[in-house]
Amino acid sequence: MRTKRSRTSLVQRGLAVAAMGLSLAACQPGGEEQGDFVELNKDPFPSSYTPLESGTTFITNATVLDGKGGRIDGGSVLVQDGKITAVGKDIAAPDGAKVIDAGGRWVTPGIIDVHSHLGVYPSPGVQSLSDGNEVGEPVTADAWVEHSNWPQDSGFLRAAAGGITSLQLLPGSANLVGGRSVTLKNVPGRVAQDMKFPGAPYGMKMACGENPKRVYGSGKNSIEYRPHTRMGNVAGYRQAWADAQAYNRAWQKYERDYKAGLDAKPPARDLNLETLAGVLNGEILVHMHCYRADDMGTMLDVMKEFGYQITSFQHAVESYKIADKLAENNVCSAMWADWYGFKMEAYDGIRENIPFVHKAGACAIVHSDDPYGIQRLNQEAAKALADGRKAGVDISKAEAWQWLSLNPAKSLGIADKTGSLDVGKDADIVLWSGDPFSVYTKADMTFVDGAVTFDRNDPARQGVMDFELGQPGEGDVK
Amino acid sequence: MSIMKTLMGASLLAITAVGASAEDVAITGGTAFTMGGKGKVENATVLIHDGKVQSVTSGGEVPAGYRTVDASGKWVTTGFMASGTNLGLMEVGLSGGINDARASDAKNSIGLEVSYAFNPATTFIPNTRIEGVTRAVTGFSASKDMWRGQSAVIALAGDNMIVKEHAVLSIDMDEGSAEKNGDSRAALWDMVITKLEESRPGADDDNKDDAKKDKKPKYDSAKAALDRLFAGEMPLLVEVERKADILNVIKLKERFGIDVVLTSAAEAWMVADELAAAGIPVVMNPTRNLPEDFDSLGTTGAAAARLHAAGVKVAFLPPDTNNTRLVVQNAGNAVAMGMPWEAAVDAMTVNPAEIFGIADSYGTLEAGKDADVVVWNGDPLELMTSPDAVFIRGEEVPLVSRQTKLRDRYIDLPRSPAYVK
Repeated sequence: MRTKRSRTSLVQRGLAVAAMGLSLAACQPGGEEQGDFVELNKDPFPSSYTPLESGTTFITNATVLDGKGGRIDGGSVLVQDGKITAVGKDIAAPDGAKVIDAGGRWVTPGIIDVHSHLGVYPSPGVQSLSDGNEVGEPVTADAWVEHSNWPQDSGFLRAAAGGITSLQLLPGSANLVGGRSVTLKNVPGRVAQDMKFPGAPYGMKMACGENPKRVYGSGKNSIEYRPHTRMGNVAGYRQAWADAQAYNRAWQKYERDYKAGLDAKPPARDLNLETLAGVLNGEILVHMHCYRADDMGTMLDVMKEFGYQITSFQHAVESYKIADKLAENNVCSAMWADWYGFKMEAYDGIRENIPFVHKAGACAIVHSDDPYGIQRLNQEAAKALADGRKAGVDISKAEAWQWLSLNPAKSLGIADKTGSLDVGKDADIVLWSGDPFSVYTKADMTFVDGAVTFDRNDPARQGVMDFELGQPGEGDVK
Repeated sequence: MSIMKTLMGASLLAITAVGASAEDVAITGGTAFTMGGKGKVENATVLIHDGKVQSVTSGGEVPAGYRTVDASGKWVTTGFMASGTNLGLMEVGLSGGINDARASDAKNSIGLEVSYAFNPATTFIPNTRIEGVTRAVTGFSASKDMWRGQSAVIALAGDNMIVKEHAVLSIDMDEGSAEKNGDSRAALWDMVITKLEESRPGADDDNKDDAKKDKKPKYDSAKAALDRLFAGEMPLLVEVERKADILNVIKLKERFGIDVVLTSAAEAWMVADELAAAGIPVVMNPTRNLPEDFDSLGTTGAAAARLHAAGVKVAFLPPDTNNTRLVVQNAGNAVAMGMPWEAAVDAMTVNPAEIFGIADSYGTLEAGKDADVVVWNGDPLELMTSPDAVFIRGEEVPLVSRQTKLRDRYIDLPRSPAYVK
């Protein structure tokens, strides 16, 4: 405890010094001098992402799904300086463009996985690299998953081979509040910041139901630590929000007093409450692991009580039971096509969950939560689409692609930058060997910001992570 | 009370329906894939009589009294088999009551038998079979040591679902098992070899001990299981990943003269020729391609194709028990990674039938075999196709499961679903 307190004060001192250059020391009317105004740096780990080199690329003669529900047969996509500059039928290749004749192959926006633990629970899955759950206290909003991201996870390369262009890394679901998420461009780098999606907002992971109550209710800390029950879970979320409200008020008072010329002291920083307050202030998006319909129903009320927005329910195995309520409350569901049954709260999973959510007009997302699932999210969408059609839900392949690109982009707050083939957006694109709703189809090329991150015909663009060097399997077909 | 009676009546009817297998059926007009290298039959007439396939002929006549199932434009295959599950041994695996697949405190983990733990009423069986998977190997996934008991082969409908009780003796010889058993591969292998040496035919010292000579030997289920192994009645199914360990398994087979099957086996493709020469089949999930640990650095999605090309008999694992049906998607992905389509289907039919000792009754679509027959609305390995009809040992299974009932209940978002039939 002592150690913790002294560390906090060091951080505060550091901040005050950093802030000196930015703030003018003002004088109080009474002549008493004010200290420097302390303003928090909201981006202490800025993205150092830079796009890989790319030129002008013209993909033509393709079956284009635009990611918004539209389809263009015999279409073309033009990419210049990393951006999409034209999409349609009657486009000509500019001089000097690299022309790719798709020969009828399919082109789609890159797939965005909103639920990944790549880098955090990487391959190899040894204890030393297991960095996804900050178990110990049920609310760890101060933990930032980007600090666990090992950019040498081979899973990033396999995901690129499956057409993944962006992904959200989330902390695990052991805690009521697991910590901050991070959104990445799927381009490996030397440090984790090299992968950060520039301008993407932060997210925060929360978890409903069985996991927190199991971890804290039957773990070795079972007496000292709550929660042990679902009602304990909800008490935990509500107390955390109440604390965050008080923390927000303390900082608002500080700012008010300072502006009034008083020699106000800034509140002590609390990194946990800082993230929670960021949610209440609308700066950080909430992604909440929640399986059961009634758990989700409870959380919709907690959300209203404290005035924040749940951006997505993750896994959301029972979203089909309350799809109308999810539509009303503008909450996305990030779902598997057919995983179910491994625990009680997953017992009622049905294969039509995704199409039923779509049918209700709610935001449906296909997610993976798995280093293999992320390699073939297009296949998950295909299964869900087929099951929906069998149940009488009429959805086109072009509409279904929204589950893989535009809806995930919306839920991550990056839909203005990626997620559909729109002029001006990042050229995050996949060229498929055929219809991506077929099991036999593979990504031939994946582009991020117009640069090739995977090319099935070019071993140099299939990638080998540091870990794989000198090991069996280095550079093999994957 | 009367509702209760009605319900009981309904369930009795259902049991009767599943129990009856006398229906004569003709599946006509489809393309039948007979498998096992026997090719396909266009415009096939598949006759089912007395629970068996009676004949598969192109354009064959439908005898009087046979119910016709029109399969025009459809694909007809043998029902598929998943070669490693805990089906019937668990319902909800995590914090959901007993999980019989985890015999973690068993005193004797060699002799474990599925039949005492098997629950034919598990909801996962209907959930699986309506997707065209009609057979599975089921067994134990944990114990206090390296042995995992005897796995069984089940049919996914009908009375007496266990069709072969002692299909394999299972043992875990991977990194995790070494950690638990002596904390070194050297310790693990020493224990296993010692046990097998003690159990060799003739190595039993009971009869050599004069004092015990006339004493009736006490029942020992482990000895019974090991006797079956040494008698060639069932193979040893070895879970192992690393190439070096696999080479040791080949030596183990030579040393003891037993039949051996590898399962999981991430790096098996690296010694494919040696495995083919030793006659060791490989049961695997063909989608693995990550260096999951230091045992599996050589994983590649091309492994199934490479093993098949080298002449190794391959069968497929599903991703897990709940998703047993996804073994079919796995097979499709093996094809995408270079395995011939027929070989991928063999890996879910005739190959596991041979590996797990039921090839006399299952595995190919030909006269005399159990009528596990599925009519698909397209290529069964494709993602957007599904079964239109499923027969298991001659009985047509209704395409209904707990999952389809939930689907039908919630399609219109009722106020009180409990009152929706």
